Amino acid sequence: MRYPFPVGAADFIQGDEAIARAAILAGCRFYAGYPITPASEIFEAMSLYMPLVDGVSIQMEDEIGSIAAVIGASWAGAKAMTATSGPGFSLMMENLGYAVMTETPLVLVNVQRSGPSTGQPTLAAQGDVMQAIWGTHGDHSLIVLTPATVQEAFDMTIRAFNLAEKYRTPVILLTDAEVGHMRERVYAPNPDELELVYRKLPVNEEEAKYPFGDVHGDLVPPMPIFGKGYRTYVTGLTHDERGRPKTVEAEVHEKLIKRIVAKIENNKKDIVDYETYELDDAEIVLISFGIVARSAMRAVKELRKEGIKAGLLKLNVVWPFDFELIEKIAENAERMYVAEMNLGQLYHLVKEGANGKAEVGLISRIGGEVHTPGEIVERIKNDLR
Amino acid sequence: MYLKPSYEIREKYLRKDMLPTIFCPGCGIGAVLQYTLRAIDDLGLNQDEIVWVSGIGCSSRVPGYVDFDGLHTTHGRALAFATGIKMANPDLKVIAFMGDGDAAAIGGNHLIHAIRRNLDVTVILINNFTYGMTGGQVAPTTPKGLKGTTAPYGSFENPFDIAELAVAAGANYVARWSVFNYLQGINSIKKALQKRGFTLVEFLSQCPISFGRRNRLKTGPELIKWYQKITVPISKAKNMSPEELEGKIVIGEFVDRDRPSLIEEYKAYKKRAKKMMGWEE
Repeated sequence: MRYPFPVGAADFIQGDEAIARAAILAGCRFYAGYPITPASEIFEAMSLYMPLVDGVSIQMEDEIGSIAAVIGASWAGAKAMTATSGPGFSLMMENLGYAVMTETPLVLVNVQRSGPSTGQPTLAAQGDVMQAIWGTHGDHSLIVLTPATVQEAFDMTIRAFNLAEKYRTPVILLTDAEVGHMRERVYAPNPDELELVYRKLPVNEEEAKYPFGDVHGDLVPPMPIFGKGYRTYVTGLTHDERGRPKTVEAEVHEKLIKRIVAKIENNKKDIVDYETYELDDAEIVLISFGIVARSAMRAVKELRKEGIKAGLLKLNVVWPFDFELIEKIAENAERMYVAEMNLGQLYHLVKEGANGKAEVGLISRIGGEVHTPGEIVERIKNDLR
Repeated sequence: MYLKPSYEIREKYLRKDMLPTIFCPGCGIGAVLQYTLRAIDDLGLNQDEIVWVSGIGCSSRVPGYVDFDGLHTTHGRALAFATGIKMANPDLKVIAFMGDGDAAAIGGNHLIHAIRRNLDVTVILINNFTYGMTGGQVAPTTPKGLKGTTAPYGSFENPFDIAELAVAAGANYVARWSVFNYLQGINSIKKALQKRGFTLVEFLSQCPISFGRRNRLKTGPELIKWYQKITVPISKAKNMSPEELEGKIVIGEFVDRDRPSLIEEYKAYKKRAKKMMGWEE
């Protein structure tokens, strides 16, 4: 297999470009999108590469159509992705819910910009955290990954595909305009160095009869993709294990939705990913994700230099959320701070996790500029005074 | 054409455990479904290579009743989903079963762009002039002056002519019949299924419960008789003045052409890309 970009080598590229290359290495062969700043570079890279690797890249009439086409492609057997930013992300909420309900593997990249509405199209924000987790209507669960560097954007794109395929679920790669547009050194592994996952297919007719049943006891049904003679019926209506609509039976709805939520929540240990820095003896714990985590890391170093026992918890996955981990850390901390580029979103999850064991403060910044390490240091020192 | 007994069609193509349907007494969807299945059967198409796609509405429940792969999607979006299915696996034949509100209102943008691209899909469009499932609201197809629950004094908007819209947007094949036109309907679907690119067969279909009752057309037969009265064959319409065509609906084959389809264009595009990058001669 020939690739239209360097593999087994390092390159100096934008975050958006890294996401596109990683998707292709992960086996993505279908991309549908609609132009939007600051995510267009992903689409442009996909448009350049996809025809060369016998994949599809197509510009749809809007973001609703983009995610719809991606879901259709996934049921036709392809690994599929779309990318957007705030306004398009809002339009995608409808069919994101359809993907959750029909357990369709796909990757949705949101290169966040400032909102609401058109907001600041070229500037970064982290204002879509709650929308990523809860934006589509109804009870559900899904997976949200948050890269902080261009290399992480690359690595997490591959992980996003693996998780989507393993758990038959949409996965959101929640990045931002800073990571998306920043250029950094990225190592793209050789394809044979990669461990890639493809969805479980039914191994016999009996399994294929239950496209929405827990036939393996692992909460993830095998996926009878189209054109293989399974005659699968897929619907966004509440359905039983065979996929038949059952719209007024309370127990069918409860069983379906609880399984869809449990397949994510029960596998928290496998999905959740984080890094810690100087956390062991930390009295002041900074919690951050994405681009802000890099400022927070620097702030911890500065604080340590000044004799303040600070530490960092950098979240690479913000949903499913490890509330227990936060409580454990809170037990040993005096104070916790959430630094994020919004008016407080992850903050609420952390506060719930801390469960009163430590005080939780919010270090917020909006307007398109990332917190400087100095700002974070000053705020913490002020509070300690 | 040899017409098989209905039970043979039913046995072969319907999911018995899904019956009865949700359709009301007098509804026309069942008839159009039968025409479609007869067309598939007559052509001897492989049941395992066809995917039925739909949005939301009465007619969109059809993929649940037929024993094929089926994707029952969100309101108006069927053709966007179909684009992904067909592009990801061009070996699949895609049939979209749509209603008029689904296709021409909430899905209007997806409809015209799927046609513009000449996506390889056959659309069977049930036009009953109303939102049947939600209880008879006016649709973008409701003839001016006729009533729906959201225009109880008679619709004050201009309706879409979906067939003309499809011709203008660039479809390869467009035909419109009423449910009454049994053989023409089956023949048109057969033609549509054999062609490349975008093909659409629209049926004027009766909805006595949600539409007819509010417009002094209380039963299925009354609506069918009304369709007979207001429809004009396209050959005859050509010689009629705009005044004479007022209040009439033209039926027949609107276009039958053979422009390259999206799948073919994309195949050529991939070749061009590889050539331009020096990957292929």
